[in-house]
Amino acid sequence: MKAKSAAAPYAVWMSIFIIVPMVLVVIFAFTDKNGAFTFKNIAEVGQYSNVFLRSIWLGALATVISLVLGYPLAYIISHIGARRQNMMVMLVMLPMWMNFLLRTYAWMTLLEDNGIINNLLASFGMGKLHLINTQGAVVLGMVYNYIPYMILPLYSVLTKMDSSVVEAAQDLGASQAQVFSKVIFPLSMPGVISGITMVFVPAVSTFIISKMLGGGANLMIGDLIDMQFLGSAYNPNLGSAISLVLMVLILICMGIMNQFDDGESNGGGMMI
Amino acid sequence: MKTLSKIYTFLVFLFLYAPIFVLIVFSFNNSTTMSRSVWSGFSFKWYAQLIQDGMLLNALRNTLIIAVVAAIVSTVLGTAAAIGINGMNKWMKRMVMNVTNLPMVNPDIVTGVSLMLLFVFVAKSMGNISLGMFSLILAHITFCLPYVILSVMPKLRQMDSHLYEAAQDLGCSPVLAFFKVVLPEILPGVVTGMIMAFTLSIDDFVISYFTSGTTQTLPIFIYSMTRKRISPEINALSTLLFGTIMVLLIIVNFRQSKDKKAEENLMEEA
Repeated sequence: MKAKSAAAPYAVWMSIFIIVPMVLVVIFAFTDKNGAFTFKNIAEVGQYSNVFLRSIWLGALATVISLVLGYPLAYIISHIGARRQNMMVMLVMLPMWMNFLLRTYAWMTLLEDNGIINNLLASFGMGKLHLINTQGAVVLGMVYNYIPYMILPLYSVLTKMDSSVVEAAQDLGASQAQVFSKVIFPLSMPGVISGITMVFVPAVSTFIISKMLGGGANLMIGDLIDMQFLGSAYNPNLGSAISLVLMVLILICMGIMNQFDDGESNGGGMMI
Repeated sequence: MKTLSKIYTFLVFLFLYAPIFVLIVFSFNNSTTMSRSVWSGFSFKWYAQLIQDGMLLNALRNTLIIAVVAAIVSTVLGTAAAIGINGMNKWMKRMVMNVTNLPMVNPDIVTGVSLMLLFVFVAKSMGNISLGMFSLILAHITFCLPYVILSVMPKLRQMDSHLYEAAQDLGCSPVLAFFKVVLPEILPGVVTGMIMAFTLSIDDFVISYFTSGTTQTLPIFIYSMTRKRISPEINALSTLLFGTIMVLLIIVNFRQSKDKKAEENLMEEA
């Protein structure tokens, strides 16, 4: 087919709405209010290194918890009968179809000081726990929202795995733990990688979950960007600088993750 | 081992569904706004309030208009783009696909902010028009396009490219050959892409938040509701949305398994 020209409208569209906006972010990041070139914004990002560290720490924590909780479930689902498998996968996906604001809001009603968990505790005669507006609540919200993105790629790799390889390892005398650590886990690596990126990227850049469950004290990178563009601290130049740093940070993370994936299988997992 | 994995599965699903279940139960709570987590009797009053909420209906209308327009435009543009990209040489293909992947790799907030910069810049230079439906539709088309392209591309690769040439040899014009030969072959991918674009558009909050100006879509409306911390009205809304989604998924699933069965029967006969 010599139909290259069919892509022309798309090329124009993407130049205007992807490339130009990215260039604008870079320009804003390196200029001041009057449009003069400056490194001040980038330097100022350094002041917020604690926010960056907190975001990376909470995002990484949520990713690890999702992996640890999600892997066994993905494994279990991939080993049951085909018909029940489909139903289970649908059950994992169903909450994802609900807007994440509503899912996060649901946790607000549960975790509040006068919320359902505390009311339950009180009815058993136990003292109240302070749950909302803590870092734990933010991590919980992230895990809750993003764990399907971990389970689904893991499941799709595990279900395609050749069971005769596992049997061969068992025949050759490997213990259950060895079969897992030497055969199953390495073979599921593409799924692990895409699960990690699909959870970490949205988790590290979230700004609503931290606002709703973390209160004002647990600011994250996303909140910082939001404040510069639509919030009290209006300063799109600084906001662009922070966005740029966030983008570079995520590209570096993905670069590191791709190192682990030997590129034999292309991604494996992306099934949404 | 078996019971252990059953217990584990149950616990994870409990974690996934307990909050939704609580939302649904409390949507029927006959409470005042002050005590939203104390059960005080069964009532439909939040549903009644919801239906009378003009802002909500307006937001719902905006969301549907944007989703329909964005799905149609991104499907047409994206399908054409996929055909074009498929015909490119390796080097050009790689370059275009890298740009295509950018909005998928980038965090939503960065995409949203960058589009906001563009729209504000253009709006200012055209004499202070404000952002709204138009900028929302442009933004939604932009983030839907990659998903359409990625669901059409595999179908194109599977297709025998000689079919298109054969149709032309037999006297079809290129346009007619596309509609008679190529489109039927790639249609499943096109439809999947369109459905994906539609649902992504309905569900999007982050990018809309930065490109909407004062226009409200459903997710933005939900956000403003959670900020005011009012109202079991949100619970009622969630219940309605959850019910709709569940019915739709069950229908789709039912149809798929029916298709599969029909296919299996055909295979057996053949």
